[in-house]
Amino acid sequence: MTSRQSEYVSDSGSDYTEYWVDWFLGSRGNEYFCDVDLEYITDRFNLTGLNQYVDRIGLLVDIITDRTQISETQPEEARARLEDNAKFLYALIHARYIITSRGLSKMLEKYRNGDFGYCPRVNCKLTPLLPVGLSDKPRVASVKLYCPNCEDLYNPKSSRHSSIDGAFFGTSFPAMFLQNYPELVPTHNVDVYIPKIFGFQLHTQAQLTRWRLLKREQLLKRLEGLKIDYGKEVPGGFAEPVDEVAGAK
Amino acid sequence: MFGHDYFVEVAPEFIEDDFNLTGLSSIVPFFRDALDVILDLEPEVPIKPANVPLVEHAAELLYGLIHARYILTKPGLRSMGEKYEDNCFGSCPRYYCQGMHLLPIGRYDQPGIETVRLYCPNCNDIYLPSSSRYLNIDGAFFGTSFAGMFMKMFPEIQRQCDERTKKQFELKLFGFRLNERAPGGPRMKWLRQYPQSKEEIEECRKCEFAMPTEEDEDNTGTTGEAEDGRMDEDNEEEETTGARASAGESMMSIVKD
Ligand SMILES: [Zn+2]
Ligand SMILES: [Zn+2]
Repeated sequence: MTSRQSEYVSDSGSDYTEYWVDWFLGSRGNEYFCDVDLEYITDRFNLTGLNQYVDRIGLLVDIITDRTQISETQPEEARARLEDNAKFLYALIHARYIITSRGLSKMLEKYRNGDFGYCPRVNCKLTPLLPVGLSDKPRVASVKLYCPNCEDLYNPKSSRHSSIDGAFFGTSFPAMFLQNYPELVPTHNVDVYIPKIFGFQLHTQAQLTRWRLLKREQLLKRLEGLKIDYGKEVPGGFAEPVDEVAGAK
Repeated sequence: MFGHDYFVEVAPEFIEDDFNLTGLSSIVPFFRDALDVILDLEPEVPIKPANVPLVEHAAELLYGLIHARYILTKPGLRSMGEKYEDNCFGSCPRYYCQGMHLLPIGRYDQPGIETVRLYCPNCNDIYLPSSSRYLNIDGAFFGTSFAGMFMKMFPEIQRQCDERTKKQFELKLFGFRLNERAPGGPRMKWLRQYPQSKEEIEECRKCEFAMPTEEDEDNTGTTGEAEDGRMDEDNEEEETTGARASAGESMMSIVKD
């Protein structure tokens, strides 16, 4: 506790990092965050409106950018509060940064790394997920994960991620990401699962599934009418159905 | 015996009844020895030391296949019901399933093809177990009929599903939802859709035995989606459905005001 002058102790306690941001990103549970450029953080324009969430925003920016250290002489409690506020501010700036072009490319790298995990749905065949908030206001809902293949929302697998505020990623991030990288929009897998008893499909489930497939056909017709290609080679198109269960018999 | 939390204990009477083992001797090597291992019986002829690991492996396979049959019986379903209640198989990872409990299934009844998957009765979909611990359990040890039998045995599961939200997620950009004609626009709404309007309910009724023909379709196919070519403005329905979801709704309280 005595030599915390220019170095932050990471969770493991063994490796020391010089920069606040590196320490933040290296902490357990912060794996979804990317590193925000210091120039972005120090540009006051980008912080517009964030002072409604934190006090002494200038000091917090200085802490984040290592221009100042939290004074050792302050009581433990005050230091902890400053530290928490600095993390909170960084996370709020993060939400804005990841929808800029630099931020998107950093998140692209993390997406390719599978840092946000993979869709647990069997028919999505390990499509990488994207973090999303249900609100842009903090303290409304925790972060969720969006799958670009099934276009649905999942809870993070690990409890250390399921308690992260969704506002740190925001509601627009996945749409912005996919608009910017349209080649990453998957060719959607169309396979569905229907439970069976001794080979016979369950009636209610089969009926609902038939109706859903009918809705899909109606969508295809509309797209056809608009001359939009939805072929199996096109991002946003549809793959050929593969009924694996039937194939094995 | 295998220390595995997805399995229930198969009643010894079930294993001892040869009728329940019909056909397994042709699938499982060292069948007799494997059965003795399962029933804790001394083998009549001692197993050759070189064969011990093989017999042990065969015993696991045999137990798993007996298990798949047992959990389709009333006592088996009841034991699995207890595990289901205790959430032993985990909750559906899909946000709008609001913590619905999952059921272990196999997509094949033959062993050695695919490992166990988890079925959610609410979204009617299958998921990978969240822990790699379950990724070497054969799906055939649960089988293709279990989930269906389970839901027939416990109709309250359907009730639990009916109570859950029918809301679907829509991707938005600065509060605007994307049009389906946009690149990256919604194309999978159908996957989680429920009939809600009168027309849709009628349409679904026609799907009872088969997909309706072209003519039936023309009468109903125009409902719902009215396209205006641009992104639809979001009417800010800050839905709180699903807020009572499972864990994971605790907010990050970094700032202690
Ligand atoms: Zn998916
Ligand atoms: Zn589900």
